[in-house]
Amino acid sequence: MSAFLLNRFLQSVVLLVIVSIIGFTVLNLMPGGPMAQYGLDPGMTSDDLERLKEQLGLNRPILVQYFDWAWRLLQGDWGTSFRDGSPVLSVIGRHIFATLLLMGSSTVIAIAVGTWIGIRGATHRYSAFDYVATIGAMVALSIPTFWFGLVGIYIFSLELGWLPAGNMYTIGDGSALNYLHHLIMPSVVLALVHIAIWSRYMRTATLDVISQEFVKTARAKGVPERRVLMKHVVGNALLPMITLAGVQLPSILTGALVTETVFTWPGMGRLFLDSLGYSDFPVVMGLLMFSAILTILGNLIADIVVALVDPRIRLA
Amino acid sequence: MIKTSRTGASYSRRQALRMMAAGGAVGLFAPQLLGKPAFAQTPPTAPTGRVVVGLSQEPTVFNPLMAHIEVDDGVNFSMFDALFRISPEGVIVPNLALEVPDQTNGGISADGLQWRIKLRDDVRWHDGQPFTAEDVKYTLELIVNPDFRAWRTTGHALVRDITVVSPTEITWRMEEAFAPYLNFLTETFMVPKHVLEAATDLNENTFNQSPIGTGAFKWGQRIAGDNLELVANPDYFGEGPYIEQLFFKYIPDNTVLYTQFRSGDIDLVGQAYISPDNYAEAATLPERVVTLVPKTSVETFYLNVEKPQFKDRAVREALYLAIDRQAIIDALNYGVPTVTETFMPKMSFYYNPDLPKHEFNLERAAQMLDEAGWLPGADGIRVKDGVRLSFANSTTAGAHLREQAQQFIQQTFAEIGVEMTIANLPSAVMWGDFWTLSQFDSAMSGINFLIGADPDVTNRFHTKAITAKGGKGSNNAQYSNPEVDALLEEGSRTFDPEARRAIYLKVQEIIRHDLPFLPLFANTSVFGQKEGLQGFVPNTNTRTESWNTAAWYWA
Repeated sequence: MSAFLLNRFLQSVVLLVIVSIIGFTVLNLMPGGPMAQYGLDPGMTSDDLERLKEQLGLNRPILVQYFDWAWRLLQGDWGTSFRDGSPVLSVIGRHIFATLLLMGSSTVIAIAVGTWIGIRGATHRYSAFDYVATIGAMVALSIPTFWFGLVGIYIFSLELGWLPAGNMYTIGDGSALNYLHHLIMPSVVLALVHIAIWSRYMRTATLDVISQEFVKTARAKGVPERRVLMKHVVGNALLPMITLAGVQLPSILTGALVTETVFTWPGMGRLFLDSLGYSDFPVVMGLLMFSAILTILGNLIADIVVALVDPRIRLA
Repeated sequence: MIKTSRTGASYSRRQALRMMAAGGAVGLFAPQLLGKPAFAQTPPTAPTGRVVVGLSQEPTVFNPLMAHIEVDDGVNFSMFDALFRISPEGVIVPNLALEVPDQTNGGISADGLQWRIKLRDDVRWHDGQPFTAEDVKYTLELIVNPDFRAWRTTGHALVRDITVVSPTEITWRMEEAFAPYLNFLTETFMVPKHVLEAATDLNENTFNQSPIGTGAFKWGQRIAGDNLELVANPDYFGEGPYIEQLFFKYIPDNTVLYTQFRSGDIDLVGQAYISPDNYAEAATLPERVVTLVPKTSVETFYLNVEKPQFKDRAVREALYLAIDRQAIIDALNYGVPTVTETFMPKMSFYYNPDLPKHEFNLERAAQMLDEAGWLPGADGIRVKDGVRLSFANSTTAGAHLREQAQQFIQQTFAEIGVEMTIANLPSAVMWGDFWTLSQFDSAMSGINFLIGADPDVTNRFHTKAITAKGGKGSNNAQYSNPEVDALLEEGSRTFDPEARRAIYLKVQEIIRHDLPFLPLFANTSVFGQKEGLQGFVPNTNTRTESWNTAAWYWA
């Protein structure tokens, strides 16, 4: 186990270095840059722009900028946002709660509903339910989230007036109930796609298990169908889902780009888009490293958990 | 009840004289918007209630002297004061200063070099410390401190020998006479010396995240990515504030911004306002007041005149003739904007109304190109001396009304044998080096040519402002005309409004003739607010709708 962990750690370090080099290069090669936001300001002369570039250290060769950034990162300094002058980690910290709230609840909905639909689809294969679920999943996967979001806002906010048209809470009302009210639509809309993915995987995994010998044996031994399903089928079908969950873990903290925009949700996805839009390099790089680390961690945790629950797998 | 109104652009002789006396440019609105409406109730005696302003970009820079963008201005105007303010009519009025200096009251010497400013003695910072001339000196020095990430330095860089005469009086000398500086000072907010002097880092310190000003509102709290709350400053020296809490709510998507105005989540649609395609619907919303307000920016078809295709004035003139401007205004922009022939805002005292009127005439355009020797080649595209009349047009990708206009222009250009391709870019790319170093062929954008409300356009049209040729400025069209250069230099040295007016009328005439850009229309913003919000007055001499939040209140 310790050899496995050491091995994975070294792999991860190499991976992070590669990710950071690619990220840094792509950002800096992108034409435009942090001064573009002042491009239309008649009072910002080219002199002013050059001065700012100099002050922000953007005039140095890219290689120097990269090593400076990486060296600081190694010492725990993630840099400072060009836009608001605060440390990158505190910028991330200010947005993480919103994302955790939204992604957490939508993930819970997606896993619960998706698992149920997947299992029921598999056990009632080719039934009306299965067909509806299959078509529903296809629809949910093919229609963009922002469309669902806008239609949802139109129907439930503007026409019916049941749910708020976005925002995390009403200004002047910070009660838990108010947060919950605002959470319903974005988390459901976001969950739609994940339910679709999750239910398709779950259906396939369940079908795989259902046709295996040990299930037939259990049935032959006279184990009640409900117990066969819960203990033998679902338990085993969930194994591949652990890996899927591991892959999805980072998104819980990195946020949803589109949904957060449509629902005016002040999370990490919005932060990423905005930072990219203003070429706020320190924040973009910070978010990139943050999600890379989470992805590595998510996969690692999934591997360990699978090994723990499945005695057939040994980590080496 | 539905209420819409269009603010006009007419001014009376008396108003004009009053404004000239104040030494400012003139921006004018219909009289009913100038004062408080007749039915207005009186503001409350103590600050009550809250106003939520929706913005499509997030304010993030709270030190008003640091490099920032338009959207940060609403916060600056609410939390800070400058020496002067500029009224919606374009009159420069005292703010922290006691009076506006000019050459008649001795505030500015006859040669324009010596400035003397008298300050109010009843102003306190939000932390209770008195505001004095030391703060003014500190502010002006900070802006030109090479270690400080300052915003615009034009004008400030000319200031020398700042002397604090007394706590309420300050003098300085200008390196050269520079009339626009008075206008620049209306956007130069004063910062507290005693707070910033104690900071170890000028650029990264606690002041940036919880600033202290002298303004009508104090810092409340910021929920990053969502909203910023300011609270009433009961000790404000000026009028107001009448509302207790002022929120700036960040709504990243323009459609959602409008939706939240409809749903009532926001009380006022701030920048980027209501899109013209939503205007007709917005005007019918119950309990909302929707107003058309002329903007200072002009929608332009910018030509990079150093490109071989555009060097010939006949080509520029022919292209102008080949644009069906009225159709772009009426069909694509729902009749919201208005026609113009110049870069000068129509509300300005310096606006030239007597320029030749544009006409849409493809025949004449074709004829003009024929006469200039641009003849159709084998593929139907005109050629002269090996240069094909083919070019790209670029703007911010995703600006849908502008993209429609591009396609429309592309079609009429094709009819006279001109090939225009569309090459749009994300804004971070479009307005970077591509724009500032004039790498584009032609570009389309709403351009604000003035700094503040001053008519000086040296940065836009002077030869020495061509960055691509090593100059300093924003002459992105690479336009160069010695006559214009001379006029601009004279204009920036001239303090007398009447004399300045003659200069800038001439500048507009020459630029209308030379056509370094083709004016498509004068932009108009669609403002939207809830009924009952009083004291809100648009001011196109500032960059923000929230320039006078101190005067807002609920009826």
